[in-house]
Amino acid sequence: MKDDLAIRARGLSKHFGDLRAVDHLDLDVPKATIYGFLGPNGSGKSTTIRMLCGLLTPTEGVADVMGYRVPDQSKELKPKIGYMTQKFSLFGDMTVVENLQFIAEIYSYPKANRASRIDELLEKYDLIEKHKQFAGTMSGGERQRLALACAVLHHPDLLLLDEPTSAVDPQSRRDFWANLFRLAETGTTILVSTHYMDEAERCHKLAILDHGVKVADGSPQELQDSTGMNIVEVLADNPYRAQAVIHELAEVASVTQLGIRLRVLLPESFGDALEIVNRNLRMHNVAAKTRIARATLEDVFVAVTLKPQQLAA
Amino acid sequence: MAVTRKEVRQLRRDKLTFAMIFGMPMMQILLFGYAINTDVRNLKTAVADEADTHLSREFIAQLEQTQVADIRQRVAATADLEALLRSGEISIGVAIPEDFDRRVIDKNRSAVQLLVDGSDPTVLGVANQLRNMPISFDSNRRKKEQPAIEVRPYYNPERRTPVNIVPGLMGVILTMTMMIFTAVAIVREREHGNLELLINTPVTSAELMTGKILPYIAIGLIQLALILVIGDLLFDVPVRGSVLDLYVAAILFIAANLALGLFVSTMVATQFQAMQATFFLMMPSILLSGFMFPFDGMPIVAQYLGEVLPITHFIRLTRGIMLREASLGDMPFELIYLGAFSIVAMTAAALRFSKRLD
Repeated sequence: MKDDLAIRARGLSKHFGDLRAVDHLDLDVPKATIYGFLGPNGSGKSTTIRMLCGLLTPTEGVADVMGYRVPDQSKELKPKIGYMTQKFSLFGDMTVVENLQFIAEIYSYPKANRASRIDELLEKYDLIEKHKQFAGTMSGGERQRLALACAVLHHPDLLLLDEPTSAVDPQSRRDFWANLFRLAETGTTILVSTHYMDEAERCHKLAILDHGVKVADGSPQELQDSTGMNIVEVLADNPYRAQAVIHELAEVASVTQLGIRLRVLLPESFGDALEIVNRNLRMHNVAAKTRIARATLEDVFVAVTLKPQQLAA
Repeated sequence: MAVTRKEVRQLRRDKLTFAMIFGMPMMQILLFGYAINTDVRNLKTAVADEADTHLSREFIAQLEQTQVADIRQRVAATADLEALLRSGEISIGVAIPEDFDRRVIDKNRSAVQLLVDGSDPTVLGVANQLRNMPISFDSNRRKKEQPAIEVRPYYNPERRTPVNIVPGLMGVILTMTMMIFTAVAIVREREHGNLELLINTPVTSAELMTGKILPYIAIGLIQLALILVIGDLLFDVPVRGSVLDLYVAAILFIAANLALGLFVSTMVATQFQAMQATFFLMMPSILLSGFMFPFDGMPIVAQYLGEVLPITHFIRLTRGIMLREASLGDMPFELIYLGAFSIVAMTAAALRFSKRLD
């Protein structure tokens, strides 16, 4: 069973002084899946990824990555993983091809196949026209394709991507994900951190991190089905007034405005959410249409990051 | 070696750095060679000749011949000299009193008064030498009295400053480029995030370090050749000993500086800090190494500090080899120190640099 896991971490923690960047994280990442880390900035995503590739020493806990214990065996692990840093970290004063050549050299990629592998990557990642351009002068999307090409050049079994799409446009993001799916199909395990909900939704499995703690995990489907919240969508002529009225309700966990609609989260334990909201709106003479909605990942995120205070209430 | 190739490629593209590597030695050697001149000549001088006799005029002519004093003005009275001295227009005032001739004969009285701007000790020293100028009526006397002590300058008989400066300058230039460029080269990669990528590859720390160092060793040796050629062409600075010895000493010295640069790079986070740290180390290298001031003349504490610096030992080696025709065997301690320093600094750097971020 353990062999099916690309990453297995237990009680993984990292403290920077008093800050608990990652706090007792348990993680099971099955092979050949795209596993997402969803969380706001500072939630411990990068720190976790860095611990998993042996860049940081865990304060506590253990992690096995591709069967190697990190950080002790990170030397053996390095050739098996590809890593894409949050910031573009290739050499801006070298061309696309030179960067690929350099990466091929330091990974000791067999000399005979180097040229053909680089051509293949240029083709796959749509960099042929740019192959003589300096990496520093390329657009965000192009840089990111180059970074991915470099990260996968040596056919890694595991790809660690730290917020890979934070600096690119939506179209480039879509293309990027198409590439990731293609890689997953060929058996590569991909761990990707993000703070975009739409990206999180594309992952096979997902862990939501908040302040270094894993607050939920599962497939997007599972997470959406098990928020423990009822979601009421309110369409009001005066959303501001409606929001003020709904906020008064003690039962409401959170209200988010999306355009003219409001998404209201109420814990399931309070019973009929629609009735609670409607009653209060009527009481205050606020005209509004209401309906129960299915939880989106954003709702899940809001729900799980609120949980501690709200459940105590 | 992939890292070395990459480094050379990047270096070739970085025009500014490339220009610095070759421009800096050229500029410094010209600057130090021409501008810094410790043999004092042409001090601004004014004369108040109140006597205006045959003898006094002859004395003034003699003074001019020494080339030490450049007589700019002639004034009427001693008081005028004081005013000129105060305003800084002259460094030396020569006051010749009315009864100059009589005073010359009288052994108990001084004939001429030199008013000297003592705020510059060098000037004062030169003026003291002028005291030894003979003054007498018998000016045609060919045979001059032999002074009690005769000075015979060895190795640099013409007392030309560049001969002394250039061997030392090699140390200064190599310290600057080697230390700054290695420190910056590593820190730049950290700042740009390249290092995070590199340490995630199978490249080992040793490969990374040597790969980054090798191009700079080559650059150091090229700089050395450049300095030697310019020194020879422009300033006629000799290399009396063996050039091979010189290069052996230089390789050890370059290694010491690169190791120090690497060590600095492990201590700092930004390129700016790296520059600051290297400048912090540069100042004592210039001042305490014997490059500018004779080592023996420095306070004992400064001497101890100077002994720690690799450049002090390198300058002793270069001056020895280039000027005194010494061989490395004549100065084993200096060589051993450079080697030991490199090993210690390199070990310290390697210990501090780990393939982790924490």
